[in-house]
Amino acid sequence: MAAWRCPGCGYVYDEQAGHPREGFAAGTPWSEVPDEWHCPDCGIYDKVDFEPADG
Amino acid sequence: MEAATHAHALESELNPATWHDPKRYAWLLGLIVPLLPFIAAGLVALTGLGVFWFYGPFLVFVIFPLLDLAIGMDAENPPDSIIKWLEQDRYYRWCTYAFIPVQYVGLVFACWLWADGGLSTVDSIGLALTMGVVSGIAINTAHELGHKRADLERWLSKVALAQSGYGHFFIEHNRGHHVRVATPEDPASARLGEGFWAFLPRTVAGSLGSAWGLERTRLERGGHSAWSIHNDILQAWAMTAVLFAALTAVFGTVVLPYLVAQAVLGFCLLEVVNYLEHYGLLREKREDGRYERCRPAHSWNSNNVASNVLLYHLQRHSDHHANPTRRYQALRHVEEAPQLPTGYAGMILIAVVPPLWRRVMDRRLLDHYGGEVGRANVEPRVARRVRARYGTV
Repeated sequence: MAAWRCPGCGYVYDEQAGHPREGFAAGTPWSEVPDEWHCPDCGIYDKVDFEPADG
Repeated sequence: MEAATHAHALESELNPATWHDPKRYAWLLGLIVPLLPFIAAGLVALTGLGVFWFYGPFLVFVIFPLLDLAIGMDAENPPDSIIKWLEQDRYYRWCTYAFIPVQYVGLVFACWLWADGGLSTVDSIGLALTMGVVSGIAINTAHELGHKRADLERWLSKVALAQSGYGHFFIEHNRGHHVRVATPEDPASARLGEGFWAFLPRTVAGSLGSAWGLERTRLERGGHSAWSIHNDILQAWAMTAVLFAALTAVFGTVVLPYLVAQAVLGFCLLEVVNYLEHYGLLREKREDGRYERCRPAHSWNSNNVASNVLLYHLQRHSDHHANPTRRYQALRHVEEAPQLPTGYAGMILIAVVPPLWRRVMDRRLLDHYGGEVGRANVEPRVARRVRARYGTV
């Protein structure tokens, strides 16, 4: 399981935890997160801007 | 002076504890706003003059614009090395939390005055306008809290919005406005040639529709209907419904028209601030069809001290859009941001008189774009007239 980080505010989408509030159940892979989804914390960066997060 | 500031900054890089925030205790002045009904009642009792029920609008639209002119600007920034430390200081967040209990004790007090205070109709209207000012500035407090990650602060944001019935704001603002700011798609970004009174219905209806759409998309992704208990907009509106119903049950139906009036004035105040924050500014569309990222050039700023203290640095708006989760005490003046001629309090007075607004702002906007009208966010309905007036570039 991998994680992706917003390059602006540091929000991390972790596949293992998902983000149930956003409608992504635990275990939802990054590939199933829609492209038009944007960072839920800062609203500046889109999914395509996210970078792999280590660990 | 500059050298002294520089030396000061270097010293504080070595030791954050040696840097002193000149505005630290000034933020407590923000509590004057929720205290307004008590201050108004005190002034009426002291002077015997009913005109002091209008103290709220008098403070914000007469005293604060004059204070902005008298006190002037402050472009000083906390040193970069201090920002994190400054944000972690919990004192600052307590200044915003404290707003909310005072706000609601004040609302109950106002209802008691409307019902049993022996006020004339004119006095009651004055008090409703004062409460509308509280309501509107409470949206600013909700704005500060609604951008934070902590559940407690997001919940407090919803509570602060209950008085104005504008609970959908914290959805639309964070997930709609911040994404589409300074584009024609954003209902809350005003366009060149669009007067405030034309902008008002567009932003009120557009923000509501957009908030509902965003919430529906979020809920449907998780397998819920938009009409569910998980809907944040319905939850926030339910708070307003319960609040107004409880106040009406306790104090009688006499308070209901005043409650509605203060709520409407409250959200109109928010919308006039929206109007001036991004007037005419436009992000360029890139070749891939996406808009360039929001830059400091896409928000109007003001360093007027008085309005900035009243509004938790909201006027350092470019830094807010660049770092939406950054706490108010750490927001910075940005050199390349376009500057308003005075603070938000004075600009509101100008905005509600569209010919005056055009006179003050259109040239300033065009200067920002080097005279090229085509680089601004122009209202399509008046585009021909705007181009005829300001050139065709």
